[in-house]
Formats: sequence, structure tokens, C-alpha cells
Amino acid sequence: MPIKVVLPTAFTRHTDGHKQFDSSAANLPALLTEFDTTFPALSTQIKDEHGKLRKFINIYINDEDIRFLGGDAYAFQDGDEVMLIPSIAGGGS
Amino acid sequence: MDYSCSTYELMCNECGKRYGNRPLSGCPDCLAPLEIVYDLLSAKGVFTRDSIARGPASIWRYARLLPVPEGFQPDLPVGFTPLIRASRLGARIGANNLYVKNDAVCFPTLSFKDRVVSIALANARKFGFDTVGCSSTGNLANSVAAQAARLGLKACILVPADLEPAKILNTLVYGARLIRIDGNYDHVNRLSTLIADEYNWGFVNVNLRPYYAEGSKTVGYEIAEQLGWRLPDNVVVPMAGGSLIRKIRKAFNELIFLGLVKKPARPVRFFGAQATGCSPISVAVKEGTDDIVPQRPNTIARSLAIGNPADGLAAAKMILADGGWAEDVSDVEIVSGIQELAETEGIFTETAGGVTTSVTARLYAHGRIQPDETTVICITGNGLKTTDALAGRFDHLDARTVRPRLADFDAYLRSLDGESLPELIAAGER
Repeated sequence: MPIKVVLPTAFTRHTDGHKQFDSSAANLPALLTEFDTTFPALSTQIKDEHGKLRKFINIYINDEDIRFLGGDAYAFQDGDEVMLIPSIAGGGS
Repeated sequence: MDYSCSTYELMCNECGKRYGNRPLSGCPDCLAPLEIVYDLLSAKGVFTRDSIARGPASIWRYARLLPVPEGFQPDLPVGFTPLIRASRLGARIGANNLYVKNDAVCFPTLSFKDRVVSIALANARKFGFDTVGCSSTGNLANSVAAQAARLGLKACILVPADLEPAKILNTLVYGARLIRIDGNYDHVNRLSTLIADEYNWGFVNVNLRPYYAEGSKTVGYEIAEQLGWRLPDNVVVPMAGGSLIRKIRKAFNELIFLGLVKKPARPVRFFGAQATGCSPISVAVKEGTDDIVPQRPNTIARSLAIGNPADGLAAAKMILADGGWAEDVSDVEIVSGIQELAETEGIFTETAGGVTTSVTARLYAHGRIQPDETTVICITGNGLKTTDALAGRFDHLDARTVRPRLADFDAYLRSLDGESLPELIAAGER
């Protein structure tokens, strides 16, 4: 079940310039584990010293925050677009 | 694009690495938000009560502690809004020393966002951007559009499609390109991040964010100066992204460090106000969690409707560390809060101000704030922009016209007095 992974430009220095690539990971933890071998430098940047995803990264499945879909338990669907985006606060008070 | 400056630069909050001055909001190494740090020691003896008093009646009197590039000549009198004693509102909610910081009359676009935008755009020009933009819940859109027009910059502004019509009109009139996004603010913000990644634009709350956010400090400087160079016991602040409340505290701490105000025996306590329909920070404070659980916003307080606030966790921790608290109120209470502030103090605020007023009433009612403590509530926006929140509220008063005869006038007054008008209930008494 291939999914499409999309990265911000800031991360592409760890992926030989690739902003998008396919993956067959079943869920988010599997995808992060996959990074350990495919893009170890990326893995180091986006995970903290305990191997957990840093809190300053949001994960979106298509247009939805993965936390609204069950987080780590969400099973990637065929054709899902998985985006990693650093969190930045916004325009309100 | 970069520039160097001896008095301030970007620094990572988490790893402490410094980055000079450039359009960048997250640490390239650990991804944490970047913030501006100052050489405060060099401001000692230079940034004084006297030097400030000699400055203009605007935020620019505090320019020494703002990230304003050398050579920038500010020409708009932004900020320095009234701090008024709110005795009548205080009497209604049981507060004896209550003040309102009234950014409903901030220049030029009637919200506190004018402060942050003027700092962001000063840097946008320095960085060489010819197009600026933002993701906005409305007030920011208005301010970016107006101030970009004044500076001759192009503006491209993204807002949620369901924004109040007045805020859309108040953006379009300045000639800005306004794009309504089919989604909520968090969708708009995510898209803005992607756009800032691809286009060479200065997004005030994305790649210019560290500079932009510093503008909020001026609320804190003004409160201290207008109280006669002393700090209040408590500040009640509306929270959307969670930035304003942190920056007011930063301002107070800088003033203490520089000796412009005395360090209070007890730290100033900060109280955050949210709408129940979008209350991720308030929930985190109340539950004492070390994580922000995002929400899908559903509230009339659209300017506070950020379900995934990136400064939320830092704001929640800060509030609790100093003994403060956070509360959230329903849409009905928000409207009551708008009316209470208008009826008691003659200040017409937007829905966010209704949130802050209602939350303040509750904090007094619940004993979180004591009656004699000096408390400042921050009103951040103007009611003329969210009149739809009051739609139908006064229909009973203008339902009929009166013939221009004294007898008719008398009869009309009698009929009004005979009617049982819906009585307002102080929000904190619910």
C-alpha cells in the first residue's frame, strides 16, 4: 500500500534533495523506523534523544492532523499523502 | 537577506544556537521556535524612564528593545493605547483595582496586531521582500493589508473562508490580495507554511514570526509605564496562538532587569482566556498536562480559533509556573461579556474581548483573583469588526419608529418601560 511522503525544504538536505518519495510503511511508527535506514540524518533531526518524534513537528494525512485520526494507531491508506511540517503558531491573539 | 545587528539576534529556545538575523522561524537543527534575544546589558542606562518619556507617543518609544533594523524610520503612531481604570465594570464583577488596556483603538486597524505587524514589516523591507503575507483569523489580515499599503509592499493574505464579512472588507479595501481557504485557521496556517517554503515572500507569522512576535512586548511596556512604572498583580490575556501572554511577561522581565520597575514580591500572575469552543491551552492549564491536545474550533470568537497553537504548551507552562490560571467561556457568555464591557466602560470590543471580559468575571467570582489586587485585562480588538455576533440582540429596541410628536414619544417610552427587557447576567455569576 504505497503512500506518498512530503517533506519541507528544510529537511531535504538529509534526503539528497528529495522532497517527495513513496513508502510502504503501515503506520507512522513504521515510517519513522523506515527513516532510520533510508534517511538516517533525517531520522536524527526529527526524533529526540528518546527516539520519539520531536514535539515541534506536525504530521498531516492528506489535509488532516494525524492526531485527529488516531495518531500512531492510524493505519495508512493506499494513496495517502503524509506531510511532515514544523509547527508554527499563528495569527490570533 | 541576512543582516547583522549588535543589539539583537535570533536564538533557539531549546538548543540555544544563535542565527543572526534572517527570515527564519524554526531552528534548523532541533526545529524548536526561534526567538529574539537582546544585549540587555548594553541597554542599561540607555533605555531609561527619561529616554522613553522623550520618545513618541507610540510603540516606537520602546524601539531600543524591539528588533527594528538600523535606519528604519517609523512613521506610523502605532500603539500607546489607553489604559483606563475600569471602576464600573469592577463594581459589577467585584474588582476594586481593575484596568482595561484598550487595543480596540490601536492605530491603524483597531487591534493589537498593528503592533506586531509594524515590527514584522520593518524587517520584511530589510530582508528585501517585495511581497508580504500572513495566515490570519482577521485582525492580522487587516493590519498586514493596511501597513503593506503604506510601505508600498504587495500583500497576499490567507484567511479561513468563514471569516466575518467586516474583516474581509477591512482587508480588501487596502488593495491586498485576499485568498479565502476552504478550511479552518489551522488548515490556513499549514498552507501558509508550505507557501513560505516555496515562494520568496515575507510571511509575517511564518518566516518573520520571531520579529513579529516581539511587537507584542509593547503591550507589557505600556501597561508598566501607564501604571506609573509599576507592575500589576495580575494580567488577563486572550489566547489564540499563545504568544501575546508570553511576550507581556518577557516585557515585564526586561523592565525588571533594567531597573525600570521594581521586582514585585510575588511574580505577576498571568491568566489566559479562551472560548470553550476552542480551548486547547485552557484545557492544558486546567488538567496540568504537558501536551497540547489539538481541537477543531467551534466558536464565535474566530480571532481566537486556533485549535493547534504552537506556543500553547509554553504559554500553559508559564501560566502555571507563576501561579496563574486559565478559563474558557461559552459563546453566550462571550456576547454577555461584550455587552458588559460596553455598558460599563463604553468600550465596544470584538468577540475575543467578550471572552476576556467574561473570563475575568469568572476569575473574580471563583476567587482566583482577589478584589483589591491590581489587575489589567487586555482588550485586543474592536467590536465594529464582529457586529454579526450581536445580530438580533437589539431587535426589540428598533422594531418600530415614532412619529415626531411629544405625545407619541411619551407613549413610546412608557411602552418601553413596561416591557420586560432581557436582563443581562454577569458572566461570572453563572
